Amino acid sequence: MRRGFITGPVIGALWMVILSITVAVAMSFATGQAFRPSILLSLLWGAAAGAGVVALGRSRMVQLGLLAAVTVLVMLGIGPMLTGTETSLFARIFGAALLGLSFAASITPILDEIEPGELTRHEFEGSVIRFLTGFGYIFFTAIVLIPFYVMVMTSLKNQSELIQNPLDFSIDFSKGAELFRSYDELFNQFNFGTYLFNSFFISVLTVFITLAFAIPGAYAVARLRFSGQAAFSRSILLIYMVPMIVLALPIYIAFSMTGLRNSFWGIVMIYPVTTIPVALYMLQGYFRGLPAEVEEAGLMDGLSRLAVIWKITLPLSLPALASVSLYVFMIAWNEFLLAFMLLDDPSKFTLTRGIASLNSSEIPRQHLMAGSVVATVPIMALFLGLERFMTKGLTAGSVKG
Amino acid sequence: MADITPPVGTGPLAKREARLAWGLLFPTITAVALVVVLPLLAIFWISFKPVELGDLRAPEVVLREDLRGGPEVAGDEATIRYRLRNSSQEQQITGVTFNDVIPEGLQVVELDPRCTLDDRALSCDLGDWEPGLRDTLTIPVIVGQAYFDNDLRPQDSAAITTGASSNILTNSTFTLDNFKRIFNSDEFFEVLWVTLFYTVFGTIGALLVGLFAALLLNKSFKGQGILRGLYLFPYVAPIIAVAFAWLILFDPFSGSANALLIQMGVTDEAINFFGERPLALIMVTVFEIWRYFPLSFLFILARMQSIDTDMYEAADMDGASPFQQFWYLSMPQLLGILSVLFLLRFIWTFNKFDDIFLLTGGNAGTRTLTVNVYEQAFAVSNIGAGAAVAVVIFGCLLTFSLFFLKYISREEGL
Repeated sequence: MRRGFITGPVIGALWMVILSITVAVAMSFATGQAFRPSILLSLLWGAAAGAGVVALGRSRMVQLGLLAAVTVLVMLGIGPMLTGTETSLFARIFGAALLGLSFAASITPILDEIEPGELTRHEFEGSVIRFLTGFGYIFFTAIVLIPFYVMVMTSLKNQSELIQNPLDFSIDFSKGAELFRSYDELFNQFNFGTYLFNSFFISVLTVFITLAFAIPGAYAVARLRFSGQAAFSRSILLIYMVPMIVLALPIYIAFSMTGLRNSFWGIVMIYPVTTIPVALYMLQGYFRGLPAEVEEAGLMDGLSRLAVIWKITLPLSLPALASVSLYVFMIAWNEFLLAFMLLDDPSKFTLTRGIASLNSSEIPRQHLMAGSVVATVPIMALFLGLERFMTKGLTAGSVKG
Repeated sequence: MADITPPVGTGPLAKREARLAWGLLFPTITAVALVVVLPLLAIFWISFKPVELGDLRAPEVVLREDLRGGPEVAGDEATIRYRLRNSSQEQQITGVTFNDVIPEGLQVVELDPRCTLDDRALSCDLGDWEPGLRDTLTIPVIVGQAYFDNDLRPQDSAAITTGASSNILTNSTFTLDNFKRIFNSDEFFEVLWVTLFYTVFGTIGALLVGLFAALLLNKSFKGQGILRGLYLFPYVAPIIAVAFAWLILFDPFSGSANALLIQMGVTDEAINFFGERPLALIMVTVFEIWRYFPLSFLFILARMQSIDTDMYEAADMDGASPFQQFWYLSMPQLLGILSVLFLLRFIWTFNKFDDIFLLTGGNAGTRTLTVNVYEQAFAVSNIGAGAAVAVVIFGCLLTFSLFFLKYISREEGL
């Protein structure tokens, strides 16, 4: 296995398979026309290219040769990627060049250090790792982006376009504002403006209530000595091991009997309690890390404990408060089960409940996807903007999934 | 010289500190007790009760009131009619009474023996009612001029009814039927097996994929932050949005995934990814892996970045290959976080409800224990059986948690 003329072709062949599948999928989604990878031909040509790179070296000339060879082979219809008969010439040229370019540009660095003859472990594993890295980037980017891409594109199409060619995700810009028709209908006919507001209002309220409960609690667990402190900090973890569906059933019954079902305040009462344990856990970890000396100095200077918390601890833990707030906001915004069970009145729906109500056979699916986009975009924007806080917060205390 | 001894017991300062601590914790404890502990106790209680969804609405007296006879001028005769019924077909109501005010200008001619009239206040005692009982009460009246002047109709003053019924949730009927029912059904072991498959493979898969992603991003390069943010997308997006996106992507009739597979010649006819028996379970497990790999990825990456790089330089000098470095240097360091993540994710995957509920609704052999709670309680309308399944889940969880607390050291930061 660790010989240049075996390693080179094997990696070349596998890499060609990965790239031809990637390019074929990308081209299909972008144009809606027929592109398909040929595994057999990919293996064949990839192996030949790998052997060529090992034998001829990694000069610019070899790269150009690979680019030309792959492009021509695809155009001739015997390349690693096949095109349908009705695929337009332009799309065919573009696809062929794309495959040739990506292959030529990436195979030479992957096979760097691979020479004919015996290889050292380092040389061999280095190229395997580079191959796996390349595969990993393509794989993860694809699995993350495709569902979101499908979500956004579906929301911009209409029913007949969707059924006619499910592969066609190209956007027809000539339609202009018509493109956003499903969004327009969502907000004007399905009250999504209200849902958006409800979700936002409930989430913000949840964040404040959670912090009001969790900050004193976390401080007590982190700083104050009392019997039962250790047991308490452990039992916080246990609480968020209790599945929501188990709690949802009695909550549903209690709410049905007291008339809190279908009310804003019922939801606002329940959400914070599901987030308090997480918030408390994350905050107490952070409070523990703060230097106690500063607080003691405050105490010596005559501040009371509560004043110490307000004037010293909280200002010092602003980053933690930001990440906890963001995380709690995310949980409340994304919450589905309780909203689904407790809300029946369309005027009080949250976004997630509103989307669930769109899931019927009478409502076209682009509305469903447009609703999903409306729910996803704010949380994504918030998250990407404050990503630094988020990742820190998530790893600082452990997190409920 | 007086004996000097260290203070015994808790001094006033320590006491004050403990009091403050409990004071600060009090709101949280109350809230958690109300929403977590109380419902848990309720679940145990309900699981021994024969409760159906319909029983949640307590039986009540339904009353309709109208004036018959269409009086047009003063002196006409008419009747006030009360139609009453027991809203429940199963339960009786005891001690039914109702009170009403008769509008001005209506002169009562004759009174039902069960009723008394004090000035214009009417009160009737109707005794005990059998399930589903209907009753009609008529009171003949003579209409006076005041009735037409005031424009007050009998319906305008709402009649107040009272009556006591025994509530199935609070009475002393207990039964083991719920447990018998769920343990005896053939389904139960399938549900258990599906839960186990989903939990084990979902957890391990998410862990491995997360490890792979963390290895990819464990180097600094331009755009690393963006990629890291991107890879967290599945976890941050609302579950309902991504679940429907998957459903549409894999739709058997107009899904892009099927169109792609057909075009590539992998399959001849559309595959019903979320509707066929073994495939649906695999798909929901894949979805679980897809959605939760970012979490493992984040934790593993954080741990990796705290490993000292000197060690790797030393290993490089000694001639260790990249794979050897990973296996003999990185893995032992990551073992702690991997085992913690495994246990936590195992429990949370076991608890997961929304994902499967949204993707398949528990059909096509994907019903896990948590979905079964919903299925029993709301689809079959048997709240008691749903609670019994919840008790089973809670039992499993208690076992996991004990295991968790015993084997996980607190040094792992969790």
